[in-house]
This record gives sequence, C-alpha cells and structure tokens, in this order.
Amino acid sequence: MPKEKLVVIGNGMAGCRAVQEVLKRDPDRYEITIFGAEPRVNYDRIMLSPVLAGEKAFEDIVLNDEAWYRDNGIALHAGHAVTQIDRDTKVVRTASGLAEPYDRLLLAMGSDPVRLPLPGAELKGVVTFRDLDDVEAMVAAAAKPGAKAVVIGGGLLGIEAAYGLVRRGMAATVIHLMDVLMERQLDASAGFLLVEAMAQRGVDTVLGAQSEEIVGQDGKVAGLKLKDGRVLPCDILVMAVGIRPNVALARDSGLEIGRGVIVDDAMRTSDPAILAVGECAEHRGQCYGLVAPIWEMCKALGQTLTQGEGAYEGSVLSTRLKVSGVDVFSAGKFGGGAECEDIVFRDAGRGVYKRVVLENGKVAGAVLFGDAADGPWYFDLMKSGAQVADIRETLIFGQSVTEGLRGLDPSAAVAAMADEAEVCGCNGVCKGEITGAITGQGLSTLDSVRAVTKASASCGSCTPLVEKLLKLTLGDGFQAQTGPKPVCGCTPKGHDEVRRRIVAEGLKSIPAAMQGLEWTTPDGCASCRPALNYYLLCAWPGEYRDDKQSRFINERAHANIQKDGTYSVVPRMWGGMTSAAELRAIADVVEKFDVPAVKVTGGQRIDLLGVRKDDLPAVWADLNAAGMVSGHAYAKGLRTVKTCVGSDWCRFGTQDSTGLGVRLEKFMWGSWAPAKVKLAVSGCPRNCAEATCKDIGVICVDSGYEIHVGGAAGLHIQGTEVLTKVVTEDEAVWTICAVTQLYRENGWYLERIYKWMARVGLESIKAQVEDPEARKALYDRFAYSQRFSRIDPWAERVAGRHAEEFNPLSRRMEFAPS
Amino acid sequence: MNVLVKDPIAWTDVGAVTDIPLRGARRVPTPDGDIAIFRTGDGKVFALKDACPHKGGPLSQGIIHGHAVACPLHNWSIDLASGEPMGADRGKGCTPVVPLEVRDGRLLLGRS
Repeated sequence: MPKEKLVVIGNGMAGCRAVQEVLKRDPDRYEITIFGAEPRVNYDRIMLSPVLAGEKAFEDIVLNDEAWYRDNGIALHAGHAVTQIDRDTKVVRTASGLAEPYDRLLLAMGSDPVRLPLPGAELKGVVTFRDLDDVEAMVAAAAKPGAKAVVIGGGLLGIEAAYGLVRRGMAATVIHLMDVLMERQLDASAGFLLVEAMAQRGVDTVLGAQSEEIVGQDGKVAGLKLKDGRVLPCDILVMAVGIRPNVALARDSGLEIGRGVIVDDAMRTSDPAILAVGECAEHRGQCYGLVAPIWEMCKALGQTLTQGEGAYEGSVLSTRLKVSGVDVFSAGKFGGGAECEDIVFRDAGRGVYKRVVLENGKVAGAVLFGDAADGPWYFDLMKSGAQVADIRETLIFGQSVTEGLRGLDPSAAVAAMADEAEVCGCNGVCKGEITGAITGQGLSTLDSVRAVTKASASCGSCTPLVEKLLKLTLGDGFQAQTGPKPVCGCTPKGHDEVRRRIVAEGLKSIPAAMQGLEWTTPDGCASCRPALNYYLLCAWPGEYRDDKQSRFINERAHANIQKDGTYSVVPRMWGGMTSAAELRAIADVVEKFDVPAVKVTGGQRIDLLGVRKDDLPAVWADLNAAGMVSGHAYAKGLRTVKTCVGSDWCRFGTQDSTGLGVRLEKFMWGSWAPAKVKLAVSGCPRNCAEATCKDIGVICVDSGYEIHVGGAAGLHIQGTEVLTKVVTEDEAVWTICAVTQLYRENGWYLERIYKWMARVGLESIKAQVEDPEARKALYDRFAYSQRFSRIDPWAERVAGRHAEEFNPLSRRMEFAPS
Repeated sequence: MNVLVKDPIAWTDVGAVTDIPLRGARRVPTPDGDIAIFRTGDGKVFALKDACPHKGGPLSQGIIHGHAVACPLHNWSIDLASGEPMGADRGKGCTPVVPLEVRDGRLLLGRS
C-alpha cells in the first residue's frame, strides 16, 4: 500500500516541528514534502536577535540541516512559494510550476511583519525584522561609520532589534507609541528600568511618540518625522510593530478565516484534510506570536495525524527578553487588577524589581526585572493554579528560600538552623556570627546588625531572616519598627531618609525614586506620590519635570475644588493692594461667567466661588488680560502676604509694611513648599496684619524688623516665636527667604512650619539664618529655585497647556439619544 | 457591584485611550451626570459614574494609584473595577460601574 502523502506549506519553525512530532509518533506513515518560500533550510527565527547582535552566526541557529531532510526522506522545495491549493483534486501548485498532490495538507505559513502605511514606507532602507534578509540588510547598513538607526515599535522585537544594531556599532533610537516600553509584558516600574538599562547599552527611547512620515533623500531613507515635528535622522529604519497571520492562500482556497486560519482543538481547519499550526493559525479566537504555544500546537497536530484526535486547549504565555545582561520575565496578569494583591520587591543596588500578583491565593502573574531566575517557578505555580497562601511570606524571595522553609514555621526553621549555616550570601555571614554579635555587643536593631556584621547590608533579600534572628535572640526586646515614622504604607522609610537620599543618590524622577528607595508598591499611593513629587521638585529646580498626576486636584487644576465639584478662583493681590481696573475686571468676570458667589478672604483678596471647571481657562484669560495672576490659594506653597498700610498712611506706622509685603510677595510667589505658607507684615506692634499667627510674620519697629516664625490659626492656634531682629528691609527679605528655603528643604510633606519648628527646634533654625554665610547660601538656593517658579500657571493654561485637564473627553453623550 | 447600564444597546466612541494621561482621568458629560474614565499606571481603563458614594465628589479629579482613585473631597479610596470604597470605608455604598470597551485603541462607552 502506498504511503499517504503529507504536504507541508511552510519550512519555518512550526512546519518542521510539526513534521518532527509526526515522525516521532509514526516515522513510516507519510511521504512528506515541504514547501518553503525562503531559499534556506529551517532555522530558529527566535534567535535572529542574537544573530543581528553578532552574538551568534547563522549556522548556530539552523534547526534542521540538509541531512535531516535527507535522512527522513523528506522532499524540500526551498524557494518555491505555493500559490494555489486545489481542494477538489487535492493538489498544491507553486509559482514556479510545481504541482504536488496531497492526502493531508499542513498550513504553517507563519505571519508577515506589519508595515505601517506611512508616507515614505517604500523608501530603500525601510525594513522589518522578520527573516535573515532583514538581518543582512541591517548588518549592511551598520557597516557605514557613524550610521544611525530608528526602530519603530518598543515591543519585544523592536527592543531586540535596536540592541542588535547598537552591538553592530550603530546609534539606535526606539520610537514607541505607548508610554511604557513593552507595555504588553511590563508594568510601568519595570518599563522604566528597561528604558534605563537600554540607555546604558546605548539605545535611546522616545515614548508616547507618533510617527508621521518617513523622510527620504535620493530614494533612500534619511529620517523619521514625528507628529510633534521632531525629525530623527537615520540610515536605516526598522518597523517592528507586530505581525499579521499569513492567510492569503487559505482565504483564496475558501477556508474559514478569522484573524488567522481557524482551527479546532485537533488543529483541523474547516476542511478536515487540511490542518494548520503556528502563527498563521487561530485557535479559540487567539493567534500566537511566541514559540511555546507553537510547540504545544505541534504536539496536538502530531497526535491528530498519527494516533487520532489531538487536543490543544490554548496556551498560557510567558515572555523573556533576549538582550544580554537585561534579565526580564513576564507572565499572566502582570499588571494586577481588582481582587488582586501585589507583592513587590525592589533592590536598588542590583537594579532588581519583582512583582508577583496574587488572586484568590494563587499566583496570577509576575513581572521580574534584573533577576528573572525564578520566572519559570512562578510560571509553574501560575499554570498549576497552586494555592500559595502558606508560602506567601517568602514567595517573593524565590524558589530556593521558599522551598528551604516550606512546611516549617519560619521561626522554628530559623531556630533549627545550624550556627554555621549561611544567612547572608552576599557577605558570607553565617547564623552564629549574627546571633553572637547580637548577644555579645548588645545589638537590638536591624541597622546595628547590618553595621556590625554586614548581614543583609547588600542585596537585602535575607532581611526577613536577620529580623527573625533578632526576634529569636532578643525575644520581646526586639522591636521591628525602631526607625522614624514611614512616609506611608508603600515604604518603611521616613521622610528625612527619603529626602536625603533623593539628593545624595541623584534620584530625579518618581520611578527613579521608587526604585532607588525600594518602594514596596508598583506606583505608590495618594500619600507618597505628592510627597515625592514635591521632594524632587525642591531638590532639582529647573531640572525635575513636575508630575501632574501626582498632584492633588487643586494644584493640578490651579483652583480650589468645592463640595459640588465647581472651583473657586482667587487672583493675586500683591500685599492686599488692588485698583479700580482690577476690581472692574473681576466684576466683569463675575457677570460674564455667572459666578454665583464673591467673597473677601481672610488673606486680603477676592474669591470667586462656583466656577465650572470647563470655564476656568476663559476666566483666567480675562483676569490675565487685566494683569492679574494666580493667587495660589490652592497651593502647598506661598499663599498671601497680608499687610497693613504702614508708614504710607498710618499715624503709628514705623516702616513701609505694605511695600515690604508687596516686595516679599513679588519675589516669593509661585514657590512650592511642604505645606501652605502664609506671611504678614505689620507696620507697628499694634499688629493690624495679625502677623503673629502666620507661618512667617514681620513686626516693624522703629529700629528695624522683628522676624517671627511658627504661628498657626487653624485647627491649632499658636502664636509665633521671634526668630531674629534685623535692621534693614533687605536683611528682612534675605532672612525670610532663607528660613523659607530651610523649611522647603527639611520639612516633611504636609508639615506646617510650626510643626517643623517643634520637631527640629527654634535654636537650630536660628543658628542657620543668623550665620551670614549659611543665610546667604539658603537665600541663593531659594532665588535660584524661584527662577523657575515665578511663572503664572493660569497664563500657561490659557495658552493651551494641559487642555485635557479642563475639557471633557467627549461631548458626544451630552444629550439623550433621540 | 452595581452596573449602571445592564444591557447596553449603544456604544459611543468617546475618544482614544491615549487621550487620557497615564494615572489620569477624563470626564464625559451625559444627561444623567458625568461619567469618569480612568487610565491606570499599567495602561488599563475603567469607567465609573463621576460621583463618590460618600458625598458625590467628582472621582475624575482624584489621584489614581494602582487600580484605585482617591476622592478629591474626603480622600476615600474607590476601587476602579468595582466602584466600591476600599479600606476603612468598605461597604459604605458603591459607585456605579459604566460599561466600557476598548477596540483598536478607541474607547467605547455603553448606554441603554
């Protein structure tokens, strides 16, 4: 009896693997013919990235050489693309005129890279990253000295392509539409680390960038133009924006098509004589572009073609990035979600970020960056659906720690450890040394154990063990939380440490601070994000990019939210002085925008209450036109400077209190601080400006100026204390700016000046501002910071900045459907 | 979980996912009050009625952290997926969830 004829279209990874799965089960059943469009034997497409990077040669990635085809009696037609399937007569035909009859036909055509339909896409030097020809084109482009590459697409493939090009000596930039690299595999924290890791390897990243046009010269690519107008020059442009299942042949043959060729669990298409596997197949609505599912499909197919019905039930995916030295793993619901619980571990020293997501006591997903050794273990736990409640405490430290302690009460396990058992692998410290130091030197805190023994002082992953040793050795004498009050639940660190390390370690963004300070949540909370945003703003004036989404609504909208969701608007009135023109403009705004309430505030200005959010920019435009700017009545920062009329008008006035107030406000406005800062200047000790219950107050006297600090008149009522007395107005300004800067640099977020003063002591503040050099340094830092702060936020928004904050997303649902 | 619209018969395209900043929110006015659409740090989107179950505060104006939003009026944390208050305020009412779909990067809001 003649053998059945099995014809395979596609000489790629899926086609050949499928044949192997058939041969493994029944080597003599079929006479096999393979058609391949590429004029090559079968190679491992996944390993093209290392070939591009020059880390592997083509020979290294060949999966099946010519001998394999020969030994297994397989006829290979490489370089012959099948163009027709005649299902009635069961024959396939190629463009080159070959015709081959089949009993069973296997479609493994794979997929085509997506080419963006940008103007200029046809230029020479615009390539995709799919096969060896693409790699050869990129390698050729890299031969030119100083050559530049742009890669569109910050997914797995795009990043690997950019890395490979840099390894070949090019400068490469990745352009990504989304705000997070590899957003389908990574959360924002891991994406941030990836941007940094790629930058260290010479790959630049532009996020949130839309491509507009490919610019050419003499028919060759010369650069990529972005929507925002930027042009990135390049000698080669790689499109790595995804793949599309190759279904043209199947469609022409009348097979059922979705996104791919639709198959059942046995990998059969709508024609039972024709099967499909790999990237061209669509199974239960899903197309796959990774290798693991393809192997699983091939197994089911091998079963179907030899022993009967195979059963493929879809695949659970995990991803690894193939960039040398960048260890990345991702699987499942890596981004968490409702009903999910995150366990986060960061090690700033090693650049490690791990996030394991639990759902109903089971592992639902994981993202690992910097140390992905435990990726397969989490993936197994996820796929098996094992309950992990009993190992939850040690889960994040990985398999070896967890298995070592499994089934044991952690304390009992620690007690049972031998004295010479190693606790800290980084510094080679064993249990006996630690317990010896605790008892011998009377240590009682984690920090002191770290200082004396170095245990847990490097990567920190043995910290829980060291804490348990402390507890075990000291019993009740051990207090876990001996440090200062933590910033919030996202970190055990206190405000002082956070502020100090932001400066010392040069942390200049919220993601950098969260990684560097080992935050235990993926993106912080409503308490720590505004605090970090302020600390960064204060530490890096002119350099830090304010994170609007980490601001409380009032500071984001530059107005005060009211109980009904409307806003109140308070224009600045320098030192409480106004004019007919300003009052007229305010009156006009009130009438034009139907402002329901107008009130005089305690800070000597006028409050317009009940303004709709959509109207804010228009209201500000009118106020700006009359010369008024934001009063920052909403700010954790300088609010008002209240004054009396002083020597200008008052028969008791000793100095120009109004003038000083206006001067202070004009210099200090727009400055951000840990909490609100209210000032007042009174022209004589009768104190009509009520300066002695302000954060900073000035009482003018005949001989000069008394500078007061630390007053409060809110929930808490407290009179000021005298900080110092100065003779000239200049000195008064220098001193007030210096004390403000000291507070800006040392206050904890939301801590008013009076609380800060109680914490650090009036004497320590005095010592700083009475020392002329220290005072000058503080003043200079304040003045430098003010160069970037005295900008009217209203005018910026009138000019269109952050328009999305004020406009509704859409008005298409404003009215009931007709 | 309360669902505002049980059986949506109409989907309205209200914009692109990327029109909402990461960790941000936008409003969509409707005759029954605003709907808030949130985009979290990991790029997921959620839609809720723009009113806190506590005092009706506009949740679209709050700080978004993880998959939750802190109400701008009194700092209640609301779970974006369920509309339920979290932590100490759990069980005290619920903000209705609005059907939302993403197709080809576009946001589709459902209403009956």
